[in-house]
Amino acid sequence: MSALARRNQGVESRRRTDWTMARFILRRLLLLPVMLLAASVVIFLMLRLGPSDPALDYLRLSRVPPTPQALDEARRALGLDLPLIAQYADWLWKALRLDFGQSYVTSRPVLPDLLHYLPATLQLAGAALVITLAVSVPLGVWAARYRDGLPDQIVRLIAAVGVSMPNFWLGFLLALLFSVHLGWLPAMGRDGWSSLIMPAAAISFMTLSINARLLRASMLEAAGQRHVAWARLRGLSPRTVERSHVLRNALLPVITATGMYVGELIGGALVIESIFGWPGVGRYAVSAIFNRDYPVIQCFTLLMVAIFVICNLIVDIIYAWADPRVRLAAEGAS
Amino acid sequence: MSSLDGELTGDLAGDGLPPPHAHGRASFWREARWPARMAAVVTCALALIAILSPWVTPHDPNAVDLAIRLQPADAVYWLGTDHLGRDILSRLMAGAAVSLGSVAVAMALILTAGIIIGGTAGFLGGRVDQAIMRVADVFLTFPTIVMALFMVGALGVGLTNVIIAIAVTHWAWYARMVRGIVLSLRRRDFIAASRLAGASPAQTFVRHLLPATMAQLLVLATLDIGHIMLHVSGLSFLGLGVTAPTAEWGVMIADAREYVWTEPLLMFWPGLALFISVMALNTLGDALRDRLDPSLRAEHGH
Amino acid sequence: MTSSQSPRRLVIRNLGVETTRHGVAVTLVDDVSLDVRAGETLALVGASGCGKSLTCAASLDAAPPGVRRTTGSIAIDGVEQAPADIRGRLVATILQNPRSAFNPVRTMRQHAMEGPAARGAPAASREQRVRAAMADAGLEDVDRILDLHPFEMSGGMLQRMMIALALASGAPFLFADEPTTDLDLIVQRDILNLLLRLTRRQGLGVLLVTHDMGVVAALADRVAVMDAGRIIETARVMDIFNRPTHPVTRNLLDAHLSLYPGRSAA
Repeated sequence: MSALARRNQGVESRRRTDWTMARFILRRLLLLPVMLLAASVVIFLMLRLGPSDPALDYLRLSRVPPTPQALDEARRALGLDLPLIAQYADWLWKALRLDFGQSYVTSRPVLPDLLHYLPATLQLAGAALVITLAVSVPLGVWAARYRDGLPDQIVRLIAAVGVSMPNFWLGFLLALLFSVHLGWLPAMGRDGWSSLIMPAAAISFMTLSINARLLRASMLEAAGQRHVAWARLRGLSPRTVERSHVLRNALLPVITATGMYVGELIGGALVIESIFGWPGVGRYAVSAIFNRDYPVIQCFTLLMVAIFVICNLIVDIIYAWADPRVRLAAEGAS
Repeated sequence: MSSLDGELTGDLAGDGLPPPHAHGRASFWREARWPARMAAVVTCALALIAILSPWVTPHDPNAVDLAIRLQPADAVYWLGTDHLGRDILSRLMAGAAVSLGSVAVAMALILTAGIIIGGTAGFLGGRVDQAIMRVADVFLTFPTIVMALFMVGALGVGLTNVIIAIAVTHWAWYARMVRGIVLSLRRRDFIAASRLAGASPAQTFVRHLLPATMAQLLVLATLDIGHIMLHVSGLSFLGLGVTAPTAEWGVMIADAREYVWTEPLLMFWPGLALFISVMALNTLGDALRDRLDPSLRAEHGH
Repeated sequence: MTSSQSPRRLVIRNLGVETTRHGVAVTLVDDVSLDVRAGETLALVGASGCGKSLTCAASLDAAPPGVRRTTGSIAIDGVEQAPADIRGRLVATILQNPRSAFNPVRTMRQHAMEGPAARGAPAASREQRVRAAMADAGLEDVDRILDLHPFEMSGGMLQRMMIALALASGAPFLFADEPTTDLDLIVQRDILNLLLRLTRRQGLGVLLVTHDMGVVAALADRVAVMDAGRIIETARVMDIFNRPTHPVTRNLLDAHLSLYPGRSAA
């Protein structure tokens, strides 16, 4: 085979891999609407078949006395007199045009309001994810390197505290220390990165604890593999072995777990926002839940599903990119 | 390393921890290290306080007396009083009952659902199993707090609904575990023998399969209780669970928010109680896992 | 490493290895000494579990977690060496079951380049040298193979790759730990021939760990027989096959001969 032909073959195989990835991503993207549709059915049914009457809630929130006549009118106005399937079809038809109805409380369209608040929440959760990974990876590596030694014990203690600490309480403690006593960080509001640190830290403590433990266990498992022994026998330095053969492989489960953390971190953000006056979607959503403001709950939950599914798609893509076994298995399948 | 694998796995496999149930239950205490012992003591103390709280609180946890609001700690009110003049220590003790009680109910629901659903899936197998596990997968992957928020939205605010929401969002972990164990044992001879002897599937399940799942269920439940406690008080903190006058730790922290800059201790005590309880339960869960089920090492975080 | 005066002799002296079982120290390798000479193949034979692979690994301080070397040293041409300094530099290693000896998420190129990088070989010549070694090991289509991951290759190819990396290291000694186990018979024969050819050509000193007396007959010059962590007999290969002195050796031979009744003993 000539040198040129050989080089071409190398290019060929790389291009083949790119195509595989593209097809993999495309297939997953096509699945997204299907999953959202399924989720919307479940959400819709749960809310309609719940124990309380939306019309009654609607009247309560509009401060209209619930006379039988008013109830009938509200039912008709909200389309609640139609059969369930017709109600869903109506909702879906509007939802496809991004009309998710109006809040019972504010009478404003739901989606624009939610989308107005959402970026702040995602920013907070994103910052928390960065902290989670940036802190837990060194901790996990450190603990695994000195297994059963002092660093391992320290990390174990940090992790035990982290998974037991209520994040909303931690938020208060951080604010007391860094805003009231030390005056280093602003206690409230969303004003630059300094206001992001405390809420993000409060949210990320639990996930970073879980992840440090996960990475430690994963590193120890990887370190016992035969390929690590052979790497050492080939004369690689301890650092190279740790980086290229232990950590590289041990990070694969962490990628999968990151998909879970995203959900936890967004959930944490919803709770923490109120403590730091963070203008995210949390307070809006919680008051909607408290008031049983159905259109808001419905749209909010669907948004959360969409975000979660997209994040997991991203995680899967990263995983496929990081683990050639998955990438090339996908190729075999397609 | 090559044949070294063969040489060592056989030798080293027997190493490490003693096999489950090798010793009597009583020796848990003797073999446990001090964190586990402390966790056991704290857990027992909590349970005792929770059970006895209607009788042993120093003051009525709900007695409002604005004349003595925001008192510092003294000989009468050991941890001081809150913004309505209620005794904080009494409220903490009453809160233990609410927290532990709701967690116990939620856990009972989860275990029941997990055993029934997981047992059915594992025992019947085939399409039923497939369908159940597909549904379970959704519950396994979706973030619990968001799902719980939605469930509370659908069912309405209140402690009962929070407990239901938590049960709904957590059963799948248990169902999966029970199913796995049942599947691994289903084909064993003693199951077939039991069926041949005329036992019904339900009897066979309860007599032979359920006991096999107990150790792992116990471990998973202990590890989860702390997590569920955080859920309950988190939702109460948001005002979606236990409602205001009732003493509950999350509610107490929420109540203390207005005074957090001036009277930080109001917020400190309930949070500390929650933190210590959860930490004790988690530590106990870890110790139980190491003892009963070393195979369950994989971190179970959600 | 391939200086004009290539090292002639590698000596493992008084190697002891133990592990802890239920709180009690258990000896796995007991006072083992071996002498490997350039251009010669020393076979270390014994039933599985007797500690022969562990001897190999522990002499280079690469024993698995939970196992520790208690005594022993390794010397090259009479100079005692730190095991970490000679791994991959003066002693190359090939293992059995190459499928799990390669890192599943790294390509052959990544595997091939990290050795030279660790030895500080000049960057320009690294790939050249690996390519030459791969060709020597009978791997064609080098470009394609360098882009492959372990799970995309056959066991025979991986074993050849492993041998190629050992050759590329330029180490004068080779520890070959059951290099043909887990391979099918035809591939086994090819790999044996390859090893024989290459070790003779390069004048390598080989420590061959095996439980297969057929492999011993094909490759070895001298044989050390190991049982329960000790060396019980060392002799030239002809003497082992013709005049085994120790019952364990006789058992190994009998087992071999009953497997291959047609084959002669050497």
